[in-house]
Amino acid sequence: MAKDGAAAGDTQKTSMMNDPAVRSIVFQVVLLGLVVFVGWYLFHNTTQNLASRNIASGFGFLEQPAGFDIIQSLIPFSQSATYGDAFVVALLNTLLISAIGIVIATVVGFVVGIARLSDNWIVARLATVYVETLRNIPLLLQIFFWYFAVLRALPGPRDSYTIMDVFFLNQRGFYGPAPVMEDGFWTIPVALILGIAIAVAVSIWAKKRLMATGKQFHSFWVGLAVIIGLPVLAALVTGVPFTWEYPALKGFNFQGGVVMIPEFMAVLFALSLYTASFIAEVVRSGILAVSKGQSEAAHALGIRQGLTLRLVVIPQALRVMIPPLTSQYLNLLKNSSLGAAVGYPELVAVVAGTVLNQTGQAIEVIALTMAVYLTFSLLISLFMNWYNARKALVER
Amino acid sequence: MSNASDPIVFTPTPAQPPPANTVGVVGWLRANLFNGWFNSLLTVLSVYLLYVTIPPLLDWLFLSATVSGTDRSACEGADGACWTFIKMRFNQILFGFYPDGEQWRPIATFVIGFGALISTVFPSKARKWTVLFLLTLYPVLAFFLLSGGYFGLEEVETAKWGGLTVTLVVSVTGIVASFPIGIVLALGRRSNMPIVRSACVVFIEVVRGVPLISVLFMASVMLPLFLPEGMNFNKLLRALVGVTLFTAAYMAEVVRGGLQAVPKGQYEGAAALGLRYWQMMILIILPQALKLVIPSIVNSFISLFKDTTLVYIVGLFDVLEIIRVSTKDANWIGFEKEGYVFAAFMFWIFCFAMSRVSLRIEKRLDTSHRK
Repeated sequence: MAKDGAAAGDTQKTSMMNDPAVRSIVFQVVLLGLVVFVGWYLFHNTTQNLASRNIASGFGFLEQPAGFDIIQSLIPFSQSATYGDAFVVALLNTLLISAIGIVIATVVGFVVGIARLSDNWIVARLATVYVETLRNIPLLLQIFFWYFAVLRALPGPRDSYTIMDVFFLNQRGFYGPAPVMEDGFWTIPVALILGIAIAVAVSIWAKKRLMATGKQFHSFWVGLAVIIGLPVLAALVTGVPFTWEYPALKGFNFQGGVVMIPEFMAVLFALSLYTASFIAEVVRSGILAVSKGQSEAAHALGIRQGLTLRLVVIPQALRVMIPPLTSQYLNLLKNSSLGAAVGYPELVAVVAGTVLNQTGQAIEVIALTMAVYLTFSLLISLFMNWYNARKALVER
Repeated sequence: MSNASDPIVFTPTPAQPPPANTVGVVGWLRANLFNGWFNSLLTVLSVYLLYVTIPPLLDWLFLSATVSGTDRSACEGADGACWTFIKMRFNQILFGFYPDGEQWRPIATFVIGFGALISTVFPSKARKWTVLFLLTLYPVLAFFLLSGGYFGLEEVETAKWGGLTVTLVVSVTGIVASFPIGIVLALGRRSNMPIVRSACVVFIEVVRGVPLISVLFMASVMLPLFLPEGMNFNKLLRALVGVTLFTAAYMAEVVRGGLQAVPKGQYEGAAALGLRYWQMMILIILPQALKLVIPSIVNSFISLFKDTTLVYIVGLFDVLEIIRVSTKDANWIGFEKEGYVFAAFMFWIFCFAMSRVSLRIEKRLDTSHRK
């Protein structure tokens, strides 16, 4: 503090207790002591409680066989797998739903946010109704609505809704065909990666040429054509090295193909539509924050409405939008834990639910769960901070 | 001057009326719905969407709905919603398992609190005292009224509380209790003392980095482990501890925003007057900072209000949980839509009203001259 020097200079006038530096040290030592004492007290109680309940602490339980099944897993998981495997499966499920949710929420949120500013009266009203309805209803309620009132109310497998006998929708989920790989299948992913690499290279080259000569090049369409074209070409050349496995009704349920379980769909719909209503508001306020003179100047230069939005308004709005957008993405990741309420096997449901119930290792399990969310929160904020710094206004 | 030629006066020809297709209904339609082919397409699509969804929805909600009768037989054969289900469960949705004869107590608690809150909106001399009453005496009064056991009131265990009563108790207690903690955390985060600052930063960032559901899990399974043997919390208290700690971290960030918005001259002026730290904060800084963040506090309350649906984790019966359990009742199976639509309506009314209040306060407090 600024007063330090004066107080240290004339010690006769001020007593020790009035010296801000001394007071600050005393205060901090007291606080530290208090924190340590409370920590020790809780630790002491916990060890006693654990001892009286015969629970051994430590993460050894992760190696024990789990003996339960998980209804959706991205990696092979059987009843003989360990608690550690269950943790990985649950983590992947959380990441899967968050990643897809973020993509859908962003797209829907941008569309609705821009629609709210549309000069089409009815479209703007519809977008307002969407935002004001969805963001004022608790997410858990929306998940319940989709799960219990919509998806559970669908017909059974025998009376499924179907699209051309390829896609089926019923109580048990949404079924679609799955590709079955044959020899030579590897060419397709390789072609896809090659296509993406070429597209990136083309866009870098086009940007350089634009900066140097002012000549435009439609790198977006060329890139898209390459990314789609190369894998198709690879498939045709190698003679379509895969077949589609269609889901078919056998007995009481569908077999084969890929399935999206209703728990996944309910959480995904609710999560992404709910978050989209918040993202729409972020987008709207971001666009409103760009001064009107910017779009007027663009119009005066003869730039069309769509291009003005894309080249002038959105790049400037992004700057305002990034921090709140980051917190919405983080909210989505954290809110995916509500999937536990309908039994979607994500981190909280599997680890803090089933594993905790079976092992009783409350402290380790809760610490593990929280650590995962904390790690991802920190990672996403770090990434977004980096992106923000890149997009920030460079003041000269 | 008499007979000079009449001065030539310029009389403009009267203005032509604007083209008929730019004024009136037609003009409005052209400007707002049909300017350009893309907007016309959007308009047609939107109208079609409304035409497809609204009439069946209204039909289901009101026209073909059933409200008569006392059991599910009243709804057999009807196409619309079965509001009989909600009617029969309405008492539980509001009070949970609170004894029938004692339900005036939650009502009285709510009316007193809401009345006092409304009266603070109108400027009057008593406003300061009303706020003081709400923050100090009212929580005590509400506790004794709701739980009873004294003054001749029959004791009602918290396990019997439920429905809207629990939702309101958890959210209001959460926001009121987290308010002072949040202020202390925010001040700590801006402190010059490294240990104080880092302790506050760690708490705030850790709590904000994890989902509420895991905090509630912690409150329900780890709190009993933390406490000495024999000491036990009831479920409501566990939920309240979890919710309060969680909200306090968010509240701290809200208050910090307010503290940062107070101009530096205010701090320097207070220091120049020789005010001590707490005098400076309580008399000069916090009144300005908190006034700035009232809308954000209301917004935190809205999200807390929605988040109270998660207290089912610790085994409480809030509005949503009561409805979810009711739809599993053998007598009322198959009425999920009615239950969740009604719950959504209840939450929507509360949250939408509060968001309007927040907007109004924001407008009233906005002293800037921007448009």
